[in-house]
Parts: sequence; C-alpha cells; structure tokens
Amino acid sequence: MTTTTLDHPHEHAHEHEHHGPPRGLKRWLFSTNHKDIGTMYLVFALTMLFAGGASAMLIRMELFMPGLQLLEPDLYNNLVTNHALIMIFGAVMPAAAGLANWMIPLMIGAPDMALPRMNNLSFWILPAAATMLILSFVVPFFPGGGTQINTGWTLYPPLSLQVGMSMDFLIFAIHLLGISSVLASINIIVTIFNMRAPGMRMLDMPIFVWTWLVTAFLLILVVPVLAGGVTMLLFDRHFGTSFFNAAGGGDPVLFQHLFWFFGHPEVYILILPSFGVLAAIIPTFARKPLFGYNSLVGAMIAIMVIGMVVWAHHQYTIGMSLGAVTYFMIGTIIISIPVGLMVFNYMATMWKGSMTFETPMLFAVAILLMFSFGGLTGIMLAVVPADMQYHDSMFVVAHFHYVLLPGAVFGLFAGVFYWLPKWTGHMYNERLAKIFFWVNVISFNITFFPQHFIGLAGMPRRIADYNVMFTEFNVVSSLAAFVFGLSHLLLLYIIIDTVRRGKKAEARVWEGAKGLEWELPSPPPFHSWTTPPNLAAVAR
Amino acid sequence: MAVSTQPYTVAGVVSGSLFALGAALWSGAARAELGFNFPEPAAGVAQEIYNIHMLTTTIATVLLVIIFGFVIYSLIHHRKSRGYVADQNFHQSWFGHWSWVIVPVLVLGVDLTIANSAQKTLEKVWEVPKGEDMLDVKVIGHQWWWEYEYLDYSVEIDGKPQVVRIESRATTPEQAGEHYLRDVDNPLVLPVGKKVRFLHTSADVNHAFWVPELAVKKDAIPGYVTETWVDLNREGTFRGQCAELCGTWHSRMPIVVESVSEERFNSWIDGQKQTMLAAATEASMDKTWSMEELMDKGQSAYNTKCGACHQINGKGLPPAFPGLVGSAIATGPVAGHMDIVLNGKPGTAMVAWNTLSDLELAAIITYERNAWGNDTGDLVQPRDIKAARSVAVK
Repeated sequence: MTTTTLDHPHEHAHEHEHHGPPRGLKRWLFSTNHKDIGTMYLVFALTMLFAGGASAMLIRMELFMPGLQLLEPDLYNNLVTNHALIMIFGAVMPAAAGLANWMIPLMIGAPDMALPRMNNLSFWILPAAATMLILSFVVPFFPGGGTQINTGWTLYPPLSLQVGMSMDFLIFAIHLLGISSVLASINIIVTIFNMRAPGMRMLDMPIFVWTWLVTAFLLILVVPVLAGGVTMLLFDRHFGTSFFNAAGGGDPVLFQHLFWFFGHPEVYILILPSFGVLAAIIPTFARKPLFGYNSLVGAMIAIMVIGMVVWAHHQYTIGMSLGAVTYFMIGTIIISIPVGLMVFNYMATMWKGSMTFETPMLFAVAILLMFSFGGLTGIMLAVVPADMQYHDSMFVVAHFHYVLLPGAVFGLFAGVFYWLPKWTGHMYNERLAKIFFWVNVISFNITFFPQHFIGLAGMPRRIADYNVMFTEFNVVSSLAAFVFGLSHLLLLYIIIDTVRRGKKAEARVWEGAKGLEWELPSPPPFHSWTTPPNLAAVAR
Repeated sequence: MAVSTQPYTVAGVVSGSLFALGAALWSGAARAELGFNFPEPAAGVAQEIYNIHMLTTTIATVLLVIIFGFVIYSLIHHRKSRGYVADQNFHQSWFGHWSWVIVPVLVLGVDLTIANSAQKTLEKVWEVPKGEDMLDVKVIGHQWWWEYEYLDYSVEIDGKPQVVRIESRATTPEQAGEHYLRDVDNPLVLPVGKKVRFLHTSADVNHAFWVPELAVKKDAIPGYVTETWVDLNREGTFRGQCAELCGTWHSRMPIVVESVSEERFNSWIDGQKQTMLAAATEASMDKTWSMEELMDKGQSAYNTKCGACHQINGKGLPPAFPGLVGSAIATGPVAGHMDIVLNGKPGTAMVAWNTLSDLELAAIITYERNAWGNDTGDLVQPRDIKAARSVAVK
C-alpha cells in the first residue's frame, strides 16, 4: 500500500474520496452501501434478539413454578406479545434482510442493491418502529396510560378492542415494520431481476438468492393484508366502525382470517432465507455439489403457493364447516411434500460427501434433525380431530419453537458463522463457537421438548399461572431456558472477539466453498463487482 | 404485589419437583401422574380423537427414526476424517434425476394414509348427529367465568319459563387445594350415556371450552354459536381450562365436568329448579330490606361476581380494573352507580349486569356504597333497581 501511495499520490487520494466509506455518523445515517446497510440490519437484529430474549426469560421465570410470583398477568401477557413481535419483526426478519443485503449483490455479481436510497429508508424505518413498540410497552406504567397489551401477538378482537392506548402504538409499529419489509422486498426483487452478472440465468443463481426472491414475493403479497387488518382494528377502536364488533354487525372471526392470511405465509418468510443459507453451507462442508437444485427451486415455489391457501389451520376451533376444515387439513398436510423434498435434498447433499464439522455445518445438521421433528409435529397438528385437543395448548408452543428456532434462528446463526470471516476479514474462534453450538442446541431441546408433554396433559398456552400437575416439566423447561438465554452472551462475545482480534481470513474461507462471494477478498472492498465478474473464469 | 397468590415457595417447588422428577424416572406410577400424554378419554368422541392422535404420533415417530437413521449413518461414514472421498456425481445419478418424483410420491403416500384416517375420524366427531335425542347445554364464556344453560329444563317464574342455569367460577387457592386453578364452585353436571350437545358462545371476548378428557375444544366467540358434542361413557370429575387468551385472568377460568348417572343427574336438575324458585320467590318479595340483610347478601354476591376484577378488598387492579374504595361512582350519586352496573361501560371489561335480579343488584350496590369505608349510608332497594331498569329501557 505504501509504495502505491508513493507512486500515485494524487490518484490514490482521489480514489479514496469516491470509493472509501464516509467517516463518522454520516457513514451510517446516509449510507446507500449494501454492505453497511446489511451490517446495520444485522446489528439491529442482534440487539432485538436480546430484547426478545429478555422478555422470554421473564416469561420463563414466571412459569418457573405455579402461582404468580413475579409478574402481573397483564404484564405477563404483554411480554408474551412482545416476545413474539420482537423476535419475528425485530430479530429474524431484519437478520435475514441483513444477510440478503450483504450477500445477494456479492452472490450475483452486482455492484450494489438496485435501489440504494430506498435501501437506506427501509432500514431506518426500523428504529422508528422499534421505538413505537417500546412505547407501547412503557406507556401503561404511567398514570393514564391505559392497560397493557394482553392479547398475544395475534391481537384478536374483541380483546384487542379493550386494550388501552398501547394498542395504538403497536398498530403504528406494525404499519412501519410492514412498510420497511415491503420496501426491502421490492428492492430485492428488482436487484435479482436486473442486476445479475451477464450470463447468469435465473437457474444459475445460488439457492439463497432464490429463497429471498420467493420470500420477497410472499412479503409483498401478505404484509398489506396485515396492515389492512390492523387498520380496521384502529378504526374499530377510535372511529366508530364495527368491522370486528359483533354487537355492531361485525365479525370477530374476520380479523383472524386476515391475520392468518398474513401469519401463515409469515412462517415461510421466516424459514426460507435460513433454508437458503443451508443450501450454501451443506455443499461447502460436504465438498460436493448441491443435490436437486431444480427441485429445491420448485419446492420453494410450491411452498409459496400452497402456503398462501392454508391459513385457517390456525383457527380449526372457530366452528368452520366440515367441508372447510377438510380442505384446510388436506392442504396443510400436502405442504409436507415440498418441505419434505427440501429437507431430503439437503440430506442427499450430505450423503456420500466428505464432511467436516465446523460450526456452520454443526448448525446445519442440527437444523435438519430438529426442523424435521418440528415438521412432523406440524403434520400431527394439521389433523383436525387431533388438533381439537392440541389447539392452544403448550404442545403448539413446543411445535412452533421447534420449527422457528432451528428453521429460522439457527439458520441465521449458521449463516453468520459461515460468512462472518467474509464480512469482517477475521476468522472467529472455532473452539468457542463449538461450545456455543452445543450449549445452545442442548439447552434448546431441554427447554422445549418437555413442553410437548405438558401440552398433551392439558396445560393451555398463554397462561401466567398453572396447576401443580404441570410443575415438574415447567421447572426443567425454565432452568434450561435460562441456560439457553445466557448462551447468547457467548455468541455476542464471539462476534466482538472476531471483529477485534480474529485471525486474518483468506478470500476462500472454507476449503469447499463455491460461489462468487468467495472470489472477492475478505473483507470485500467497500465497492465490489464494479465490473461484472467473468462467470466462465469462476469456479462454481 | 397485590394480586400475588403464592401457595408454593421457591425452595419447596424446586426440591419438590426435583424429587418428583427423580421419582418419575424410577417408578411407573409417578410417571402416569406426571402426564406425558392425553388423559384417559371419558367419551366416545374423545376415544376417537385419542386413537387418531396415537396413530399420527406413531407415524411421526417412525418417520423421525428413518430421517435420524439416514443422517446419523451419513454423519458416521461420510466424513473427511475417515478418508471418505465425496461422490461428485451423486446428484447426477439416476436417483439424482428422479428423486424429485420419488420423494414426493413417497411423502404423498404417507400424507394420504394420515389424511384418510383423519377424515374418517373427523366425520365421526365434527358434526353433531342429527335427529337424535340429545341434551342441549349452552356454554357461555364470560371474563372470567362460565355460564351453563340446560336448555331442555326450565322453571316457571312470573309466568315465564326460565331455563336452568348455573354460574361456574374458580374457587380460591385454599378451597381448590391440589386442583389449584382447576376447581370451580358450581361444576357442569352431565349424565353418562346420553349424548350432549354444547352450544358455545361468549358475552364479551373470545374464550375456548376445553376439558382434555372430553377432547372436543371449541372457541366461544361473541356473535357466534358454535357446537360440539360428546357421549360420556364413564362417571368422574374431569377438569379443564379456558384455552383461548381472554385477558387478565385467563388462567383463572377453570371448567369442571361432573359426569354422573342419569338418575343422579335428574335429581340434581330438580334440586337446581328448587333453588331457582326459592331465589325468585325471595327476590320478588315486596319488602323493604334492612341494611344488615342487604350488606350480607351484597357481600357474598360481590365477592363471587365482582371480586375477580374489583377485588374482594374493593381496591381493584388499576388501570384495567378501577378501585371502588372512595371512587366517584361508588360514593357519588346513586343513579350513576346504578347506571354503570346495569348498562356496563363500553370498550372496557365492565359488562352490563342487567341479567342479575333486582334484589342481587340492590344488595351489591348497597354493599359497594357502604363497605371498605365507603360509608355513604345509602340503602338501595330492589324497587329502586326496577325503576332504574325502566329508565334504561326508555
């Protein structure tokens, strides 16, 4: 570097002015760089992970034993609501968007996202939304602040019509989060359609890019429905309408349909990007090509289509006709075909591979096993007569944590460990990361596995207090949950340690890694692929 | 914390549960009590649901073993440390080319097996059998208690038939003992051997009727009447809880079903009729009640019907449930007090209590105006309530 500066002092200074990042706060506030925005998304998501985790810890403390020891029931229910909303909208979706921002341009050989200023906007809406969410939690502690949001994240009326002004803050928070998601989705779709390196066809793209394309379409299709639903709620609360008020001729069940028309595809929105991460990780550490590329693309499109027409399996108990529940039951069971195909393709990618087990691969294997388990309890829940028993019990809580933690969160952890050396230019501490993996995964299983049993035995979900017959498993669940929660401090330490002290990483961090992102140095320059890559010269 | 009920200490629960956990590992009997699975069904429909649950659990377990088997085999054998060389063309073998057909067909086979059995069970349990002699019970969810109306039985009061109805509320932790949060003052009594149809609805927000031994769960939604049915086949006491989040005291909304012989059921119904008639006679007496009488009746009515929200000590749980001690309503004009009790306050959990009798309302309002240091000295008579009702109608 020094010699270059000496040789071309003027030219180098000129380069810096145009291509280096601006300094200080401006770099982040006004950033239009996909890498910086990706980093901001990821840092935001990590912060929210701890906020959502803290609410989960309080929930588990209250459920540690029967009786109300720690929290008033409304505060408990508010934490249940916040835990879901923060984890879904604050942690998982921004983290996935962070991966998309960082990786999609690198993977398809684009210099940046297609709409960089909009990219800036879609990130900076998030802190505003988080502020609204925090206000909704804080306001009831002040005189005249009204009651807490005791509805759960599903916000079912008429209960949500009884809540105080907190609900209004929450409705606006959801509006902002929705706008942010839709803007980010538009950006991702435009980028993927228009910014691929010359010669890269749609079916040449990495699966991670495909998963985000499908996810972005899903978001654009379903988020406006949620926005409409909560707007109607707002009107019922303040402007005398009766969309959901039976006494005024409205229909409380209509909200449930609107909510789950968004809510069920949302599950796939959370899971698909993480499954895209697996499609990058497993071939790398199995040292052989991805099995069934085309069927993976087909499967995720099938998931998107079928996933949008099975929403009412969340509402089997509302009193639908035999014909309606039969349709929703069979549709839901059918989803196991594309989901099963995706899991199978990943298993077949491992099969006859030459595997090593660095942390991203450990997470990938754990995801395949535990997500399969969550998927199978999902088929059990799809069966309407059996769901009459399971519905709204702790069994459901156990099921969706087995789907969403491995399916979404662990996939993001895997992606962070896989790409962190690329982003920072530093290698993480493999020994610490493996300790994190084992503590995290084992405590996760001890936390949630017993919840299946207490659910089957008759413990409803969303109760702050329970009968002594459920004590034993709740104690086990709570103790493991504290270990699970605390283990994330180790994750934070590993990330900080990597950034500050990690060993220098090579361009191709992993022996078996293929793809355009590994052709760039680690970390990649502030502006990468300013000239499109020559695909023919790149090992793919 | 004003609302805390702390029947169990931290140390007691931890040591007790560790002991129970140890015991569970050693003895089969303790394992049964821990509750790993559905309780033993008490109705034909519940048995059907139990059977389909066991079938899907078995299929899911077999599939899980197969998936784990393949992954673990691969983890052991296909690793670099054992010198395994990756098969770079595996995805291009005939299997790689056709797996996208083979796998979905296999999964579809499993799906159809499950869907077929599920469909058969569904047809048996979902719709209420038509043209059969059934006992109709209307189940009404309230924040936070259950109301049961036996639509086939009524008594004549003031020349009008009134159905036999009971109100079912959680008991205190002391009364409930080991059935903490799963015990009520008036259980739902049902006969064995006769099919029962439940008609579910709600007076305020969504609730859900769930007794695991009966298995059928259905939401109670305002403006809707949904139905389920059961055919009880054994006597016993079966306990459940509200299963749809319904606000603050969602956890204190138990359901207790007493399943009894048909004779005992009939005599119980007769007893209920006598109680209703006696209460109606007392309420219709044209008498001027004394302060002591009203305060006495008012205390017991207030504690069961109003105490959950406004609390037995009248201090409420602000901001959701305002206190009544020294409140503007309870110490202000009597007319305003009667108005809010009779008509409720829209947009809050305060519902209209106009279904109570004049006597009950008079007693409750008198009690609220004179208890806990609210010494207004106001005495509200049943006839005052009757007058207030006719104002409300206009």
